[in-house]
Amino acid sequence: MVTALVIILLLPLFIGVGLYLKASPLFEHQSLLNLITTTEWLPHEGKFGFWPFIASSLYVTLLAFLFSAPVCLLAAIYLTEFSSNRLIRIMHPVIDILAGLPSVIYGVWGILVIVPFVSDLLVPAVNTKSSGYTIMAGGIVLAVMCIPYILNMIIEVFRTVPVGLKEASLSLGATSWESVKHVVVRKSYPGIISAFGLGIAKAFGETIAVMMVVGNMVQAKFNPFEAGYPLPALIANNYGEMLSIPMYDSALMFAALLLLVIILIINLIFRYFIYKTRAR
Amino acid sequence: MNQRKILEEKLFKFLSGFAAYSLIAILAFIIVIIFLKGFNSLSWEMIFKTPKGGYYYGGEGGVLNAIIGSLYIALGATFIAILIGMPAALYINVHLIRQKRTQNTIRYFLDALWGIPSIVYGAFGFTLMLYLGMNASLLAGIITVALLITPIVVRTFDEVLNTIPIGLHEAGLALGSTKAETGFKILFKQGFPGFITSVLLAFGRGIGDAASVLFTAGYTDLIPVNLDEPAATLPLAIFFQLGSPIPEVRERAFAAAAILTIIILIISLGARIISKRYSKSNIK
Repeated sequence: MVTALVIILLLPLFIGVGLYLKASPLFEHQSLLNLITTTEWLPHEGKFGFWPFIASSLYVTLLAFLFSAPVCLLAAIYLTEFSSNRLIRIMHPVIDILAGLPSVIYGVWGILVIVPFVSDLLVPAVNTKSSGYTIMAGGIVLAVMCIPYILNMIIEVFRTVPVGLKEASLSLGATSWESVKHVVVRKSYPGIISAFGLGIAKAFGETIAVMMVVGNMVQAKFNPFEAGYPLPALIANNYGEMLSIPMYDSALMFAALLLLVIILIINLIFRYFIYKTRAR
Repeated sequence: MNQRKILEEKLFKFLSGFAAYSLIAILAFIIVIIFLKGFNSLSWEMIFKTPKGGYYYGGEGGVLNAIIGSLYIALGATFIAILIGMPAALYINVHLIRQKRTQNTIRYFLDALWGIPSIVYGAFGFTLMLYLGMNASLLAGIITVALLITPIVVRTFDEVLNTIPIGLHEAGLALGSTKAETGFKILFKQGFPGFITSVLLAFGRGIGDAASVLFTAGYTDLIPVNLDEPAATLPLAIFFQLGSPIPEVRERAFAAAAILTIIILIISLGARIISKRYSKSNIK
């Protein structure tokens, strides 16, 4: 029993070491800082600048966060404070299924619905030309995928707020929205921030759905109606050719290592806050 | 009360209600779109035949190779995940029951492990494969997916075991059972509904994940017979065939999407029903 547990707990270490060993030849040619900040991506000449991919990832994630955060917060407030029991009973399976749908299904949905929506409605509205396979489309699809994940955590955080606090606020004459705003939300502030942080980490590592709608072109432009090329998509798109070009496999494993480190750190920090709120 | 207060109250009640109901609408929207597109092309031939003339260019045949491949990988991975995950979850709740601090630290790390994206597992599985000199195969796919879903099995099973009253545990020990017996015979039985839910959850995650099998399982038009043969999977069948220039092949992708969605819906609802049924016989 204890061996099983130890194996699982050491897993991130194994993954980290394994990826690092594969990626290490890359460090002999370029410094870490150089790898992350340069923009030239020419695998045949041995030039690996990861900035366009990191920028795309950050951009898609930021958009997804902006779209999903208000929805999650409001829905969580409604479900914990205002809604009937019947709605909650319906919502449980709804959230579960949304969370359980595979990302490739979201990708298909994105191609069928979101990409035409972006190219036919949003793009003409801002007077540019675009195929619809854009950072914007990636952001919207990703936002929908993150909603059940963030929502579940915020609901859990709201449940830890003692009922007495809210009752005290109500008895002092506050309306129920005022008690939500000043008591429930304020009390669970660290928990809400953590839920958002974990949602961002999840969005940052999402692969297939984003890659299907984001266009996959190497460029670092800050326009949501241009195609992007996030880090996970880089890894997934090029696995076929990576063994035929020298150093290419190291570069891709470095990308995976980068994802692992960033996401693990975000997770460790925000999970810590969540545990603090739960322990109280 | 003044007017502004009431207005704010009403506005936010409306907004938050709108946000909550819109989730139901989004889910319905996704499922309706996938089914409308998929049922157009779904037929018995689609389910029971393998593709003819190459999955990318040949228009005839179905996605049986992907259905079988996905089931093999998800079943194998779930089996390994149970073998490792179930004892681990019991250990946390039997041997460490007095050490709340250690318990919580372990849970904290497991949760963080859950957050690692599947593409990283895929890349790691790939390095492991190269290191062991394996080719992209059913076995490599199973191992990678097992790594991905084991934390899920442990954490969800543990969550249920955690709610079992300590009195039950103590009663077992007082009757002279060893710690292992308490774990496997008492806690496992009491937590069985949770166990089923966690297994189904992990299975659903395993069957739907594309990024982890992309490197490791390969892709083929044939149904794998041995562990060292490559295997097609449903998510990759959708992903690859959707990029094909031939409309019939894209139809196959939509059909596969509908099949995958149905499988996920069955798993999700089945987990609810089963866990409800089995929890009736529990000691409360």
